[in-house]
Amino acid sequence: MAGDKVVVLGTYVSMFSMRAQVALNEKGIEYEKKEEDLANKSPLFLEMNPVHKKIPVLIHNGKPVCESLIIVQYIDEVWHDKNPLLPSDPYQRAQARFWADFVDKKVYDCGRRIWATKGEEKEAAKKEFIGIMKTLEGELGNKPYFGGEDFGYVDVALIPFYCWFHAYENFGNFKTETECPKLVEWAKRCMQRESVSKSLADPHKIYEFVVSLKKKLGIE
Amino acid sequence: MAEEVKLFRTWSSRYSLRIVWALKLKGIEYETIFEDLTNKSPSLLQYNPIHGKVPVLVHDGKPVCESLVILEYVDDTWKHNPLLPQDPYEKSMARFWANFGDDKLMKSIWQLFIAHEKDQDVAAVAALENLKIVEEQLKGKKFFHGETIGYLDLAFGWIANLVSIIEEIMSLKLVDGERFPHLSSWIQNFMDAPVIRDCWPPRDKMIIKYQVGREKHLAAATPK
Repeated sequence: MAGDKVVVLGTYVSMFSMRAQVALNEKGIEYEKKEEDLANKSPLFLEMNPVHKKIPVLIHNGKPVCESLIIVQYIDEVWHDKNPLLPSDPYQRAQARFWADFVDKKVYDCGRRIWATKGEEKEAAKKEFIGIMKTLEGELGNKPYFGGEDFGYVDVALIPFYCWFHAYENFGNFKTETECPKLVEWAKRCMQRESVSKSLADPHKIYEFVVSLKKKLGIE
Repeated sequence: MAEEVKLFRTWSSRYSLRIVWALKLKGIEYETIFEDLTNKSPSLLQYNPIHGKVPVLVHDGKPVCESLVILEYVDDTWKHNPLLPQDPYEKSMARFWANFGDDKLMKSIWQLFIAHEKDQDVAAVAALENLKIVEEQLKGKKFFHGETIGYLDLAFGWIANLVSIIEEIMSLKLVDGERFPHLSSWIQNFMDAPVIRDCWPPRDKMIIKYQVGREKHLAAATPK
């Protein structure tokens, strides 16, 4: 659509911002990415997401859409003629929504506990994380993508976490590749897509970010 | 097209009620399977191996789980009497507010419900703030969806029933007509809607269930 103005308010490290970027890139939509400083929230940000004050926010011709999976669905519906992310079949669509919701409910919190806790709690988080990855690997099966032959909604929901794996693995002392080789194969396949590689952060920068965040929060 | 639609639910689950209402609004015939969550049936565990929860909709043998996902599936599959708006922006707003209802509003009301007396004031502030946000969304509208009941009304439907039950148990008024004129009207309109009103679980049973649940939480939580 000519004359569309699309802005993504996000942060470099947020896997949720990355979802919006991957989706827009998949659709070939030009957009402006604004890096938000969450310690010093901009007036625009507070105006666009007064309810949650969280990133990402997609601003399309001045109208804000919040919550990353809602943003991805919105992008898919507005620019529906290119690279559809959700399947057209209602049942397949429901399955995609279920698994994206599963990623939302499980991965972030568990991943966080790996680097934010220690001792038994950390060990438990690591085990849980591996369990979650194994469940996802099971759902992937032999398909190239969660979407089947084509990169889709669940792939968008999960792939941004891949750049956080290095940090999780370092703090949790494990290797996802050893535990879930097929899942890592899937991630590397996704990274071959420019839409993804352009959007994901450098895993080493994520690791450094977590190190400094731990210091700030006073976590050993 | 002979279709087989089954709904796994419990007698009290507010999430399951969303699907009961949706199927009624669409005029879909279905079979109800009541579950005892302390003794889950093999079928439920087979259809929802990940979460083991209700509701589960099984359509021609294929299961759909998570109530908001099921609502969208019902709307995608049976296209008459649409529940979601057609416009992508309006749709995203409906989804946003449904999530807000589940993530923030319900949690804050629950926190108030299980708070010890000394923590109730603080918990009430959060709950009232969130209710005020929802009140704003109803300005100029009979239902969240507009003139008729839609997705967001079904998503918020639990407010119409549960809030008054909590108010009765706690002997307090959360949603009063003065502070929440729109929400109070909506509750009345929603409760009385023909499709909705016959589906409420028995109130006396609900009062007992929630009272017992509250006592358990209060006993388990160690006051600071």
